[in-house]
Amino acid sequence: MNESINLKPGQINGETGIWEMVIGLEIHAQISSKSKLFSGASASFGAEANSNVSLVDAAMPGMLPVINEFCVEQAVKTGLALNAKINNVSIFDRKNYFYADLPQGYQISQFTKPIVGEGEIIIDLDDGLQTTIGIERLHLEQDAGKSLHDQHPSKSYIDLNRTGVALMEIVSKPDIRSPQEAGAYVKKIRSILRYVGACDGNMEEGSLRADCNVSVRKSGEEFGTRCEIKNLNSVRFIIQAIQSEAERQVEILEEGGKINQETRLFDTSTGETRSMRSKEDAHDYRYFPDPDLLPLEFSDSWVQKIRETLPELPDLLKKRLVTDFGITPYDASILVEEKDYVDFYQKAANGKDGKLTANWMITELFGALKKENISLSDSPVSPENLGQLIALISDGTISGKIAKDVFAEMMISKKSPSDIVKEKGLEQVSDDTEILKLIDKVISENEDKVKDYLGGKDRLFGFFVGQVMKISQGKANPSIVNKLLKEKLK
Amino acid sequence: MSDLLKFDLLSASIALKNKEFSSLELTNAYFEAIEQTSALGAYLEIVKDHSINMAKASDKNFKNGTARPLEGLPIGVKDMFCTKDIKTTASSKILENFCPTYESTVTQNLWDDGAVMLGKLSCDEFAMGSSNETAARGNVINPWLKNIKMSPGGSSGGSASAVAARSALAATGTDTGGSIRQPAAFCGITGLKPTYGRCSRWGIVAFSSSLDQAGPLTRTVSDAALMLNSMAGHDKKDSTSANLEMPDLMNYLDKGIKGKKIGIPKEYTQDGISDDIVTFYEKSINWLKESGAEILPVSLPHTKYALPVYYIIAPAEASSNLARYDGVRYGKRNEAASLDEMYEVTRGNGFGEEVKRRIMIGTYVLSSGYYDAYYLKAQKVRRLIKEDFDNVFEEVDYILTPSTPTTSFELGKKQDPLSMYLNDIFTVPASLAGMPGISLPVGLDKLGLPIGIQLIANSFDEPGLISTARVLERSAEFNFIADGAAK
Repeated sequence: MNESINLKPGQINGETGIWEMVIGLEIHAQISSKSKLFSGASASFGAEANSNVSLVDAAMPGMLPVINEFCVEQAVKTGLALNAKINNVSIFDRKNYFYADLPQGYQISQFTKPIVGEGEIIIDLDDGLQTTIGIERLHLEQDAGKSLHDQHPSKSYIDLNRTGVALMEIVSKPDIRSPQEAGAYVKKIRSILRYVGACDGNMEEGSLRADCNVSVRKSGEEFGTRCEIKNLNSVRFIIQAIQSEAERQVEILEEGGKINQETRLFDTSTGETRSMRSKEDAHDYRYFPDPDLLPLEFSDSWVQKIRETLPELPDLLKKRLVTDFGITPYDASILVEEKDYVDFYQKAANGKDGKLTANWMITELFGALKKENISLSDSPVSPENLGQLIALISDGTISGKIAKDVFAEMMISKKSPSDIVKEKGLEQVSDDTEILKLIDKVISENEDKVKDYLGGKDRLFGFFVGQVMKISQGKANPSIVNKLLKEKLK
Repeated sequence: MSDLLKFDLLSASIALKNKEFSSLELTNAYFEAIEQTSALGAYLEIVKDHSINMAKASDKNFKNGTARPLEGLPIGVKDMFCTKDIKTTASSKILENFCPTYESTVTQNLWDDGAVMLGKLSCDEFAMGSSNETAARGNVINPWLKNIKMSPGGSSGGSASAVAARSALAATGTDTGGSIRQPAAFCGITGLKPTYGRCSRWGIVAFSSSLDQAGPLTRTVSDAALMLNSMAGHDKKDSTSANLEMPDLMNYLDKGIKGKKIGIPKEYTQDGISDDIVTFYEKSINWLKESGAEILPVSLPHTKYALPVYYIIAPAEASSNLARYDGVRYGKRNEAASLDEMYEVTRGNGFGEEVKRRIMIGTYVLSSGYYDAYYLKAQKVRRLIKEDFDNVFEEVDYILTPSTPTTSFELGKKQDPLSMYLNDIFTVPASLAGMPGISLPVGLDKLGLPIGIQLIANSFDEPGLISTARVLERSAEFNFIADGAAK
């Protein structure tokens, strides 16, 4: 590789020139619904194996699916949040294949007529730029059960708790050009889903998973043959898998080979993808409309009613934070990433210095939480207490430096900052006479340095400030110390 | 005892109310009849203790004056209906020991209205067949000829044979392409397939979901009305169930047909239809005319495509509906080294020839590359067939056709599946259109086998269908009893 070439993200510098990636994502988002898509069984995660299974889920003879209207509403809500076309008539199809954890022998999905059509979203990239990614469609489908292959030397066990749980599959257009964009896209979709409340976006529990379609081409060429990497459950893996898959494809093409259209799996231990099945082995799913279900039909006025229940979505919210709180667009974009970030921020910044609050929240609070591996919802520092800390800084009760100590204490004891300040006597000293006493003490103890300073060694000014701060135990107001010292040492 | 078998559903109901005999007596009479006719092979399962408990409970209700519409009437249930804690096999080896923990909506409706369950009746495997010969546990015999083993028709062959043999007062059936009407015709009884959506499909083993419909097999048209009254009704558990109130059919028994228009479709008088049937078809036309109906020639131009369309759509849906019988959760399993092999041996041993044939046809017509040419095209033609009926029902009120092109045939004599499929040629079109049809016996052919005539009505016009069928029934005066019936 020629290291001197400045590659953009998503570009690969091969022997024959620069390649670019073409990426499309299929995101499977589990709908936050108490019951399953076509049965009344609980859709909760983590229950004892096979305890959330209805007769319908187990595909007993003569059992029939009945659509869960709540799930339909969530799909429409999400569609509206993706700026997408809502199809007033959509159809459920059967996707037929045999597997032990698929009791019906088919998955009920939507094939030719999905509930949501084309849309688009804007994603934020690290360099502060934005780009638009097209949405191809969103459809409703059932999840399959779980096969457990590690419980017995020769048998597999089946857990049907997940069978029939409602999923939305959100399919992007092949508009994504780098692993980083793919990561930003997933984050944005997750954020929208959480705002809307349609999915908790929890990737560890599998509520959000992605299949990535990756191909490579030289700039301006037609799309190359793609491979699909199945079932990625973290943004980091998505980024790694796409990068490694694209590099694999470039290597094959540059050696004169051809890409086999196939389904691949990402091995998290090696960081590489491996073949799962080729196109020739691909299932023929024999899709056809499910005769047990009527087409889903709803009116424009029903869609309008759903639209009215939509919360403020991240893009608009971001603009509002900039105007209302005077923060930078960059900080705003971090804060709107997650709905609970904004909620926390708006509570903390209420009536306070918005900019200072944003700084503290993003740098100090997020930093501390990350270090402790705690999520914001479990933060020992409440939004009210962070707001109080900001107020204490703003009105000069404590200095920024002391505030950091107070904050550290807040993380441990969960106490309010004013209590901590009071208990430890950390109020900032801003009284001129008090500070002058300290200054006099420092001057009398360092007469030689005063002489040097007055003789032209300007650098020593910092030393005097430091000494005053030190004997005040950090409580002296630094700007007053500065001012009085300057006057004293004229 | 045997006197009790002479009562049909309606007259038995009246007699029970008048305390002429008890439900327990009636039920016991039927158990004797079941024993007497056991060689016919109609019953797969009898549940005597259960039946007797139900009969006793009914007698209590009569005593207390809380009798319900079907109180104390012993009936049989086609094995396609799931019955709680009672073996339900769909006449298939793959479900040979399957015992549901739930009761189908239709049978629950019957029990809720007081009916007494006698047992489960044989049928073609998964209701796929027209002779009851695909049943895993062997043939069912038509009781009409004593010396020759004739087919009762299918797939509700056990139901039809039992009602004709008087080993059930009435029975439930399911009809996908003629499975109630054709066996009713073969066995000289009345069989009604309601409009698609009238009866809930919940708890009925699915064959072809867009066509399956439950209905009654009874001795008379009045009995069919009485029984369908209880079977039908909206069910939230079946998304395709019609949210429509059905009028009390008993109010339509004697409405007559004065001024009604009856259509005679020219496409239903083709070669291959037996002379005796033609004769009785013409007689039937005349009876209706004499009763005040106007007879009009009509055309259903896409009729000739109905059978091919049916044998694409029904197997397509069946291939998917039967995928759940995989040996994983319930039913029969043959162990094997891998999952795929387990599927192969379980399904290979569990399903019979006809079921396998249809699964293969269905899989083929849904396969990529063939879907458009077969399944999609069949769906389009199905729409045209439905439009044919819609158009004709602009001109006439009811359509009269023979129920079958021939009367019953000897068991084992029809080896070729295609000629077997032709049995349903007159019943399949109304199934594809979702419209209600009734077959009733109007006479006997030269061999002494019953001849059935079919009336078809517009969707949800079961009341009119009953009125018209009653007129035909009265004119035909079909009072014959099968030779092999319980005495």
